[in-house]
Amino acid sequence: MATALDRAAKTFLLQELVSGFWLTFRYMFRKKYTLNYPYEKGPLSPRFRGEHALRRYPNGEERCIACKLCEAICPAQAITIEGEPRPDGSRRTTRYDIDMTKCIYCGYCEEACPVDAIVEGPNYAFSSFTREELFYDKEKLLANGERWEREIAANLAADAPYR
Amino acid sequence: MVDQVLTIAIIVGQCLLIVVPLLLGVAYTTWAERKVIGSMQLRQGPMTVGPWGLLQPIADGAKLFLKETVVPSGANKVVFLVAPMLTFILSLIAWAVIPFGDGLVISNINVGILYLFAISSLGVYGIIMAGWASNSRYAFLGALRSSAQMVSYEIAIGLIIICVLISAGSLNLSEIVRAQSGDGFWYIFPHFPMFVLFVASILAETNRHPFDLPEDEASLVTGYNVEYSSMAFALFFLGEYANMILMSAICAILFLGGWLPPFEMAPFTWIPGPIWFILKICFVLFIFFWARATLPRYRYDQLMRLGWKVFLPLSLLWVVLTAGFMLAFDLLPA
Repeated sequence: MATALDRAAKTFLLQELVSGFWLTFRYMFRKKYTLNYPYEKGPLSPRFRGEHALRRYPNGEERCIACKLCEAICPAQAITIEGEPRPDGSRRTTRYDIDMTKCIYCGYCEEACPVDAIVEGPNYAFSSFTREELFYDKEKLLANGERWEREIAANLAADAPYR
Repeated sequence: MVDQVLTIAIIVGQCLLIVVPLLLGVAYTTWAERKVIGSMQLRQGPMTVGPWGLLQPIADGAKLFLKETVVPSGANKVVFLVAPMLTFILSLIAWAVIPFGDGLVISNINVGILYLFAISSLGVYGIIMAGWASNSRYAFLGALRSSAQMVSYEIAIGLIIICVLISAGSLNLSEIVRAQSGDGFWYIFPHFPMFVLFVASILAETNRHPFDLPEDEASLVTGYNVEYSSMAFALFFLGEYANMILMSAICAILFLGGWLPPFEMAPFTWIPGPIWFILKICFVLFIFFWARATLPRYRYDQLMRLGWKVFLPLSLLWVVLTAGFMLAFDLLPA
């Protein structure tokens, strides 16, 4: 009897309806989760693997020594390297291409590199209107290195204690 | 001659005075709906076009206006194009009898509530014409659902209105509001269960959540307006929102005391009647949005069960109770 009365009271006083409406009403005043991209952006880990860049030493010498470890480890075979000794005797690349449409952003090239030359930087907004623009050559990668060096160096330094 | 021109000018002026703010109101109802639902879902809603996204409805309108009207090859062209106009026009002409303040009404007819009831019943024609003329099964199913739903809930609405009519003793909307004056005697207080039923019924009547089965995205794509594009679609959209505002206005008049302030005291009486009326419309519209953010959609058989087996007997019972009470205590208006 008592339970039947309870149930009837719940039904006729619309208990579930009222509690649902009260819940949504309270949520209306909560803080919003919206991130107004592109005006606001979320935080990125120092390990974030974005667009590739080739770095230089502080004196301007390029780091890459054409050892081809990155080319060898690349699971998507996106990297193509040709290299030969320079007149001063040091090995340097004559060609360093990354096909960004093949790249799977696994970060193995970065891990394989003995001189921290090829890195994946924090830039993730590099979409283009044509496919050809995503075939990066050495010039483009070095330009990326110059553009993002500050962020890349800071990220490497921040991650150094953990490797 | 001059007299006639003047009369026509006054009539056109009155129409514009209602239609232009109403269309602006419709535009910003869509904006408010997106903001309110966004807030309840912890989002911000439109933010990019103008400050706080305030120009969003204008951008939406411009987009719809510039698009191409596509008429399906299998469609009945005339009916297909008349249907959105009918929906839109019907949602506008009902405003002729709505009193915005004491005496602020275009046409103060004695059977205002019957007129409103008739117009809102006609609204189903626009939808069923659209569904039939589209020559598409989704549109047709949506139209069938809509007509069955509107007919079912109009019966409940009719009985609820009768409760108010017995209490007010008039079918004139201004008289109904005046009967609620003094001592906070709005009909929401004595007739609170009927207010709840009325709000739920107008949700069904305007095909809004949780009773928006005619435009059920999951099972009907979008229902009766699936074949419409551009301005034809915009007219349906405007019609639907104008109907929402109209139903909110009727709710405000019947239960929330129309243009009357909540208390006959100094700070409340300073605010003019039309402002109170608009605030009350906004309150009921908020319930519309609130319900949309809160409730899941009904199944069609549940909808019909609710309409015929719950709302109809309850409102009928309340009519009997109201009439019996008024008769027993000799409160019937002369």
